[in-house]
Amino acid sequence: MPKELWKGNEAIAEAAVRAGLEAYFGYPITPQTEVLEYLSRRMPELGRAFVQAESELGAVNMVYGAACTGVRVMSSSSSPGVSLMMEGLSYIAGTEVPAVLVNVMRGGPGLGNIAPAQSDYNQAVHGGGHGDYPRIVLAPASVQEAIDLTVLSFDLAEKYRMITMLILDGAIGQMMEPAEMPEMKPVHRQDFDWATNATMGKRERRLLTSIYLNPLDEEQTNLRLLNRWKEVQANEVRYKEYFIDDAEIVIVGFGTAGRVALSAVRTAREQGIKVGLLRPITVSPFPTERLSQLTGQARAFLVTEMNMGQMLDDVQLTVRGRVPVEFYGRPGGVVPFPDEILNEIKRINSAPTAGHTDARDAWLTRMTAQV
Amino acid sequence: MTTPANNLVYERPEAFTETPTHYCPGCTHGVAHRLVAEVLEEMNITDKTIGVAPVGCAVFAYNYFDVDFVEAPHGRAPAMATGVKRVLPDRVVFTYQGDGDLASIGMGEIVHAAARGENLTVIFINNANFGMTGGQMAPTTLPGMKTSSSQNGRDVETQGYPIKVSEMLSTLEGVGYCVRRSLHDPKNIRLAKKAIRTAFETQVRGLGFSMVELLSTCPTNWGMTPVNSLKFVEEHMIPAYPLGDYKISDAIKQIKI
Amino acid sequence: MAAKGWIEVSDTYCKGCELCISACPQDVMELNMSRLTPKGYHPAHTFKDGCTGCAICAVVCPDAAITVYREITKVNTPVTA
Ligand SMILES: Cc1ncc(C[n+]2csc(CCOP(=O)(O)OP(=O)(O)O)c2C)c(N)n1
Ligand code: SF4
Ligand code: SF4
Ligand code: SF4
Ligand SMILES: [Mg+2]
Repeated sequence: MPKELWKGNEAIAEAAVRAGLEAYFGYPITPQTEVLEYLSRRMPELGRAFVQAESELGAVNMVYGAACTGVRVMSSSSSPGVSLMMEGLSYIAGTEVPAVLVNVMRGGPGLGNIAPAQSDYNQAVHGGGHGDYPRIVLAPASVQEAIDLTVLSFDLAEKYRMITMLILDGAIGQMMEPAEMPEMKPVHRQDFDWATNATMGKRERRLLTSIYLNPLDEEQTNLRLLNRWKEVQANEVRYKEYFIDDAEIVIVGFGTAGRVALSAVRTAREQGIKVGLLRPITVSPFPTERLSQLTGQARAFLVTEMNMGQMLDDVQLTVRGRVPVEFYGRPGGVVPFPDEILNEIKRINSAPTAGHTDARDAWLTRMTAQV
Repeated sequence: MTTPANNLVYERPEAFTETPTHYCPGCTHGVAHRLVAEVLEEMNITDKTIGVAPVGCAVFAYNYFDVDFVEAPHGRAPAMATGVKRVLPDRVVFTYQGDGDLASIGMGEIVHAAARGENLTVIFINNANFGMTGGQMAPTTLPGMKTSSSQNGRDVETQGYPIKVSEMLSTLEGVGYCVRRSLHDPKNIRLAKKAIRTAFETQVRGLGFSMVELLSTCPTNWGMTPVNSLKFVEEHMIPAYPLGDYKISDAIKQIKI
Repeated sequence: MAAKGWIEVSDTYCKGCELCISACPQDVMELNMSRLTPKGYHPAHTFKDGCTGCAICAVVCPDAAITVYREITKVNTPVTA
């Protein structure tokens, strides 16, 4: 298909439709609303289900219900709305049904603002709903990648009977870029052996629940989820590398922060600095193995994020002090300029890295001095 | 069975599984279950029915009906049922919810499912308390009624007034059928069954949201014998929650059962 | 003459709640204090003649424990609750 200009949010919506989305349930919130608006028109046109729910709580539970029947279903929201959805996500995880959720993140906590942020990394990757459960989290850095990952997210959710989240920031959601849409796939209802779609007199009744009153049963469920997660870790890690072959400084950044870092890396390369970029696409499962390998090559890591250093912790856990890790973040809905990251690259390149100071503390000190 | 079949007057509905319920002796949750099972069987719709269980004493409802079931988070059954019904409009979808589930934590979900006119059937069990968690005050607890969280009796000044759910929902355009019945004696049980039947007929005909509110007992937390609990329903619950047809759309009035 | 009926109460389901006993219009039911169900309840039973097979006990039973029969004088249609 030829490239067309697509706005990030609408591209995600259309990509989902083409991937066979049968039902969408959502609630308006900036900077995600275009997904809902687009689908409010597109889904009925195709005879598929669309409901503007009474709240994100309603939306996620509609997703839960539809997911139990085995159809492709999704919702989208932004940070405060995703907080409300956490109850449902935990139930979906506990029931082991596939569902896709898009979080177009904004500045927080609280009502925060509507500017692009990556403030919900921890919520998506580590936390959120109650209970012990893994989930797949994909982080696109362009409109094209948002399209591709939307399609992929349905496949992954179904394959692993797991929530798949797309986390992006308002910048990608709102930006217009040329991108290629996949072909329209006909809706294909898979005959899952777990779906509660009524017996129709042809099979034993089925039950989908997240309740395991006996702790031993719950423990088995937890272990089953973990084993499935091991498979995800083994098969689904995705990342992109730029200028990494001879890089002495390796930047780690996802989504927009990764994209901005790439501009900085290009300029730094022009100036002869051996810097490269590792951009995780699956932030969960995290590209731990690759990052670990790079500790043998890099003399410093620089983590760039649009938050106070959330992925930073994951990087540090992987690097385990073998190489100094530095951090540069812009929280609160501020998108860093490439120059800011370039300055960081130069600083690390010229100074023998302190190494033993805490990356976040050091960053905070520099930030405080700046303001 | 040696008895000729045509001697049979009543037997356990086939829409039930063999599992005995976990309900306390004499709890009328069991009666409500039985009526739903009888209706599904009589309408011959068990094959295409999907139930949505609540959080509350009926959390295990899914063990008792021989139909597909999903288990909703507390209060969210109407949203979950919406999700199921919207993608499978030819199936019969019902929720079974207590008053804490439906009228407290799930008030948003039920009101909007009703307002949207979701083609669902809701069986609403009003037993004036949170049974499962040990008898705390519910939105439906009567003024002055003692519960484990209104130990001197519900004080309306500080704890508010009971919510009359059927009256409230009946104001919504999307609602096709909304009635209140009671399970306290054989006559009322028969009327309740007829209402449940009408509610499912409403759904099968695509006539909008249908709900049957059932005044029900909680002998354990009320601290009464099952028999006295029925008297309590008659003497105290019905005056506060008058039985009646709160909304029956014209199309539904035509239904002959 | 009133129809003659009889009931069977299932030990699996009966919880001895007595709702059937108080509802039976013929007053022919009681808890059987000489027996216990596997769950430890005294089950309901008819302790004397006079059951008409009216099924009122079954209508009020929360546990669907009662099966009701009636002696045939003419072919009857099953009465449901
Ligand atoms: C989010 C959440 N909050 C609280 C609870 C605890 N809880 C379980 S059941 C229940 C009340 C149920 O009462 P009701 O819906 O009236 O059902 P009943 O047991 O009376 O039939 C509560 C508060 C829960 N499971 N989930
Ligand atoms: S606690 Fe109350 S509502 Fe729950 S099963 Fe026992 S009697 Fe019924
Ligand atoms: S009503 Fe049912 S459960 Fe209760 S005593 Fe009678 S037969 Fe047993
Ligand atoms: S069938 Fe009627 S008369 Fe016979 S035991 Fe039951 S209630 Fe009593
Ligand atoms: Mg209750």
